[in-house]
Amino acid sequence: MPRFILRNIVKFALLMIAVSMATFVLVSISPIDPVQANVGQAALINMSEAKRAQLAEYWGVNTPLWERYVNWITAAFQGDLGTSLRYNAPVADVIATRALNSLALMATAWVVSGVLGFALGILAGANRGRLVDRIVKGYCFLLASVPTFWLGLVFLIVFSVWLGWFPFGFSVPIGVAAADVTLADALHHLALPALTLSVVGVANIALHTREKTIDVLESDYVRFACARGLSTWGALRHHGLRNLALPALTLQFASISEIFGGSVLVEQVFSYPGLGQAAVTAGLGGDVALLAGIAVLSAAFVFGGNLIANMLYGVVDPRIRRGEGEARTHA
Amino acid sequence: MERLTEKEVNGLRERVQGETLRGVPGDRQADERRAALRHEALRHEDAQAHHHHTHAPVSRHEHGHHLLQVEDLSVGFRMYQEDEPFFRAKQRMVPVIENLSISVHVGEIVAVVGASGSGKTLLADAILGLYEPNATVCGRIWYDGEPQDAASLAGLRGRGISLVPQSVNNLDPLMKVGRQVEGFARTDVPLATRRTRRRELFARYGLGEDAAGLYPHQLSGGMARRVLLCCALMDDPRVIIADEPTPGLDLPLALAALADFRSFADEGNGVLLITHDIELALGVADRVAVFRDGTVVEETAVANFASPDTLAHPFSRELWHALPEHDFVVPSASQLAGQGDEEGGPHA
Amino acid sequence: MPSLDAVKRSVREHASGALPPRVPSLLDDCANVLHRPRKARVGNRKLTLAAMVFAVAALAAVVVAGVLATDAATATDFAQKNLAPSPAHPFGTDWMGRDMLLRTLAGLSTSVLVGLLAATVSSVIALVMGAVAALGGKKADAVVTWLIDLMMGIPHIVLLILISFALGKGFWGVAIGVAVTHWPSLTRVLRAEILQCKQSAFVAVARKLGQSPARIATRHMLPYVLPQFLVGLILLFPHAILHEAAVTFLGFGLPPEQPAIGVILSESMGYLSAGMWWLAVFPGLALIATVLLFDLAGSSLRKLVDPHSAQE
Repeated sequence: MPRFILRNIVKFALLMIAVSMATFVLVSISPIDPVQANVGQAALINMSEAKRAQLAEYWGVNTPLWERYVNWITAAFQGDLGTSLRYNAPVADVIATRALNSLALMATAWVVSGVLGFALGILAGANRGRLVDRIVKGYCFLLASVPTFWLGLVFLIVFSVWLGWFPFGFSVPIGVAAADVTLADALHHLALPALTLSVVGVANIALHTREKTIDVLESDYVRFACARGLSTWGALRHHGLRNLALPALTLQFASISEIFGGSVLVEQVFSYPGLGQAAVTAGLGGDVALLAGIAVLSAAFVFGGNLIANMLYGVVDPRIRRGEGEARTHA
Repeated sequence: MERLTEKEVNGLRERVQGETLRGVPGDRQADERRAALRHEALRHEDAQAHHHHTHAPVSRHEHGHHLLQVEDLSVGFRMYQEDEPFFRAKQRMVPVIENLSISVHVGEIVAVVGASGSGKTLLADAILGLYEPNATVCGRIWYDGEPQDAASLAGLRGRGISLVPQSVNNLDPLMKVGRQVEGFARTDVPLATRRTRRRELFARYGLGEDAAGLYPHQLSGGMARRVLLCCALMDDPRVIIADEPTPGLDLPLALAALADFRSFADEGNGVLLITHDIELALGVADRVAVFRDGTVVEETAVANFASPDTLAHPFSRELWHALPEHDFVVPSASQLAGQGDEEGGPHA
Repeated sequence: MPSLDAVKRSVREHASGALPPRVPSLLDDCANVLHRPRKARVGNRKLTLAAMVFAVAALAAVVVAGVLATDAATATDFAQKNLAPSPAHPFGTDWMGRDMLLRTLAGLSTSVLVGLLAATVSSVIALVMGAVAALGGKKADAVVTWLIDLMMGIPHIVLLILISFALGKGFWGVAIGVAVTHWPSLTRVLRAEILQCKQSAFVAVARKLGQSPARIATRHMLPYVLPQFLVGLILLFPHAILHEAAVTFLGFGLPPEQPAIGVILSESMGYLSAGMWWLAVFPGLALIATVLLFDLAGSSLRKLVDPHSAQE
């Protein structure tokens, strides 16, 4: 078991190093000139000559790429991700303030889509071939083809423009200082983006749980449980949930990547000031440091999710807990 | 052999006549129902051989009927005909079991012997009322003299008929075996009672109390077999259907398993032992049903296997010749292939 | 012990007496049904083929119509601006009086063409990677698996933003980004297929017969993997198209002057509060319909070539 954990952590570290390298190379070779992309930007205009020179040195073409990478990653380990040109603040600070908003959004969507998708998946799988199953399946297949941002636009039209239930963009009311925002206000602004992300997120987990439910219902142990007199629902309750929850939870942790990607689009649609919106702003404005910082952070999120998923197998599944099921880590 | 009392026979006759009066002439369903009742009204003790089978010394007709009886059971699946052009192929019914009849008497072990994967498990499924969604199943089944339908068969699961499955895969991999043996279906029996019963069974079959705390993958082959048997015995069944309970066990363990079934049958119950191992079947069973091409070609007392002359069906005689202590003539390849053909159903 | 004759006699009597004579096959028409499938299955192979042909034809029609409409789509008519949907303009018009149906069609054909490029490149990468992983030994397998993990590590949209940013945005930014990031899932499928093929009996026989690896690969493995490859290729389209639209929507993809659904939807954002819902709703629905058509084509093809579902 300790070896199992250690191996996963080493894998995590290696992947993070590779991702940071790839990210750094990608943002560094960009022909987009931050000065041109940000004409009239406060940060650049107010910058002292010395600071500008330092910046040029930092991202400069005079130093070889690998040396710049080493400088960047060493600084990053000390908590210094560079300065965001766009927001005129340390990248770490920009990320910190926005991460909270994004986390609230993603966590809500993660939980809602997970619970709803799990329930729908079991419902559909247990009623395989019946009307309920067809409705759930149809809904999921349809949603897999619906662009997240378009659904956001439609929700915006229906709930904000037509019904006027929710505000049109911005996570806080305009003209109110961030400190004065009440929880109710924050929730009010969170609702639509979270709804959009949840509705889209349901499809994956529901279809997956449906397949697993069918597998479980066809498994030898459920057949035997039924042969001993349990009904289908009884068998699902006593033997299914345990065996279904683990793959579902694993998938949900592994789907953090999609939720993060979806949040980038949804934040853009709803002008929600989270990490995704910042990443788009940084990319469009040539804010290399911020873009790289958010990209690496998003990868850390995803790998962290995968790490937890792998660990969960170790904790919950007795076959791995007793150190016998190493092969299952890839299941 | 027990005899029907005059009263019981009259009762059955009245039921037959009642059916006759109610049925519309020419109504095939009613005809079949009448035939079925008349069939059960047959005086079982009249003939040494009836219902297509012969008896073993221990076979008893308690209350004048069989403990479990299956008549003309057919199981089929709709499939595309593979030999036709892809887009012109039509679906047709492919029978995996056809017109199979078999009976289990009180006090006996009946072994259904046939090649692996030839559809014998579907027989167990049919008796337990467990049907694949895409299967078509026809036939008549009686339990303790009462005709059954799909719903009543489902009701008998764990309440009269119990299954002993093949392997540890039939246990929930994420649950400790003790809790699984106690089961969840019999909500009418308090958990404490079931726990006590489970302890008794474990003690009787030499399973320590610590075995209850193990997960299925931690059981040895012999332990798994006893745990699975305990699962079935928890529900005090009259009939045990044992689906290939011995593969993977070494000889002493297999013999121990079969001895357990023997003692269960001796207590006045019945066992339907599904196996591909004719030798093992002859060693423990009272009667053998020879399963081939989806049906039972001969259902006969084990003693009849003493000589090929007492076996009615050519295939049974070939089986006899294939036994190691006889001429060791293996059934010809084409016949074995013929048996294997039926296994390619969607359930495979 | 009954004699054989007694048994035979008994069976004969039995057959003639108490039971109705046996019907050859009881299954199609029997009185004692214990269970029947809920719905009789209809032969739907032809239907599946028809669905696939329909999907492919519809997509081809969209592309042709879109290419033909490209010029008309940019025609402005300020006398006809901000019109809600009507028979003359089924999708309405925008603030410059451009017909939204024509703009949508032109955008869709761009999407399909970008999707074609992306799906082709990604599936070829997937085939190479899958073959390397399955045939190149343990180390190659580990490297490919690790690369897949790496690719899946960065959220797809963020990765697309990074690549597009690195290439200076625009058409090539999004096209290359979409093309080089869609291979991981198909690689996994193809790797498994090739592994299965490698271990199969007919390859073992070919190897025993002394056939060269190249011959085995082209004669035995390619035909085996090709169906899955084609299905995977078609099913990559929806992902590629949706990602292209998303990246363009965010501003990293096709430039505003090019017809693209992402551009249309992004521009519509400024007019939604003015109640011009048709600017967003119809182009989006058209995009969904296109994606569904690709799904239909891919899944129909899979049904026809996949042995697991061939009986359905």
